[in-house]
Amino acid sequence: MKNAAAPIRVMMTKLGLDGHDRGVKIVARVLRDAGIDVIYAGLHRSPEEVVTAAIQEDVDVLGVSLLSGAHMPLFGRVLDLLKERNALHITVVGGGLMPDEDVAKLKEMGVADIMRQDSTPEQIVATIRRVVAERSDA
Amino acid sequence: MDLVPGVLRGETVPIARLLSCAEAADDASRPALARIFEHTGKAHVVGITGVPGSGKSTLTAVLAEEFANSGRKVGIIAVDPSSPFSGGSILGDRIRMADIAMNPNVFIRSMATRGAMGGLSRGCLDAVDILDAAGFDIILIETVGVGQDEIEIVQAAHTVIVASAPGLGDEIQAIKAGILEIADIHIVTKCDRSDSNRTILELKGMLKMGDLTKFVEGWEPKVIGTSSLRREGFEELAATIDRHRSYLETSGEIVKRRRKISETRMLKIAESLVRKRFYEERLGSISELCGQMERKKIAPDAAARQLLARINGE
Ligand SMILES: Nc1nc2c(ncn2[C@@H]2O[C@H](COP(=O)(O)OP(=O)(O)OP(=O)(O)O)[C@@H](O)[C@H]2O)c(=O)[nH]1
Ligand SMILES: [Mg+2]
Repeated sequence: MKNAAAPIRVMMTKLGLDGHDRGVKIVARVLRDAGIDVIYAGLHRSPEEVVTAAIQEDVDVLGVSLLSGAHMPLFGRVLDLLKERNALHITVVGGGLMPDEDVAKLKEMGVADIMRQDSTPEQIVATIRRVVAERSDA
Repeated sequence: MDLVPGVLRGETVPIARLLSCAEAADDASRPALARIFEHTGKAHVVGITGVPGSGKSTLTAVLAEEFANSGRKVGIIAVDPSSPFSGGSILGDRIRMADIAMNPNVFIRSMATRGAMGGLSRGCLDAVDILDAAGFDIILIETVGVGQDEIEIVQAAHTVIVASAPGLGDEIQAIKAGILEIADIHIVTKCDRSDSNRTILELKGMLKMGDLTKFVEGWEPKVIGTSSLRREGFEELAATIDRHRSYLETSGEIVKRRRKISETRMLKIAESLVRKRFYEERLGSISELCGQMERKKIAPDAAARQLLARINGE
């Protein structure tokens, strides 16, 4: 039911206990300047909190940033909860530093894409637009 | 998919999805919103405004918890400005509401102003309807208070709260045009700070000055100090909101406020429909009439009237 004139809604958050939010804030500004609505949900959220917020905000994309290697179970939990709560219309995108095999595994689990640390603003915006377009086509 | 039955049952996913339709303000969702409208009128709508950084989001969260703990369902609409350049926005109020985000009696939704003059988009008022129909007892709307916005919130809310932080520009911020006139309840936030007592006194002093006092029979604007940090003052605040609500009902003032809200909503939508028609005519009548004006064949006033007549004619 989303019409073309409505801005894309993206929620940005960070799972787990590590790190700061500078990167997340920079990405938020990049997306805002591309005409996207960004809901910034803050640091150190649990998968339950992240999924509850994403559902209430009805975002198109849930952007989850992670720095540490302990991300697999957390991502898995987010995807499980979205399914459990009937919210698979929300696309999950990951961000951060991780080895290639982890990227492949995450994609297999249902994460639409992973943005690397060195993504340019153009790449970030393009990725968001692409995953939203792919979902609408489906 | 028909979202309305799920909304009326108070289910989260349908509520959230219909809110997106309201925000998109597309014609496809009009029939659903019209059905929702039939089920509205039960919720008490509280507008919370104040200058940036005055502590609105933090206090909204603590207040919501106070109501939720007494068994009431609380809907929050947190409005932030859209970028005038890109149309996008960064909606950050939710960060301050993390403590209540998991409360099953609380639903939080962030919205952008979407260029709406005065801060409240048409979608925001439709969002209030959706939460009302979904069974939320109290709806808290947080809007950023700059210029017009404070006035706008009056035309959407039953109870208007203005939040001021101590010392934040001292007296000047309280004198800010119109602020004293619109508040049913004033909150001085951050009362864990030592300069808060002075701000409370100043505010009370100003409200006593005859020409500034909002004269409403039976309700004198209240000044309440709160500290979100220490969770102090919120019992009093919640009780005062409830008292204001019963005052509105027993005095009949609620009828006037409802009328004002109806009028504003209708006029705003009519305005946006006219603006849309103008936009559609930019290559038609508008461009033709501009040409005539440039050749001095028609004066601006007559051109404007002709444009309106042509749009109505269709
Ligand atoms: N000391 C103290 N600080 C507070 C209190 N409430 C909020 N703050 C701080 O004030 C700052 C702004 O709080 P917010 O709740 O985001 O204020 P706001 O009015 O919603 O801000 P905008 O939405 O940006 O206009 C934050 O740094 C808060 O931590 C309080 O009760 N005491
Ligand atoms: Mg805020």
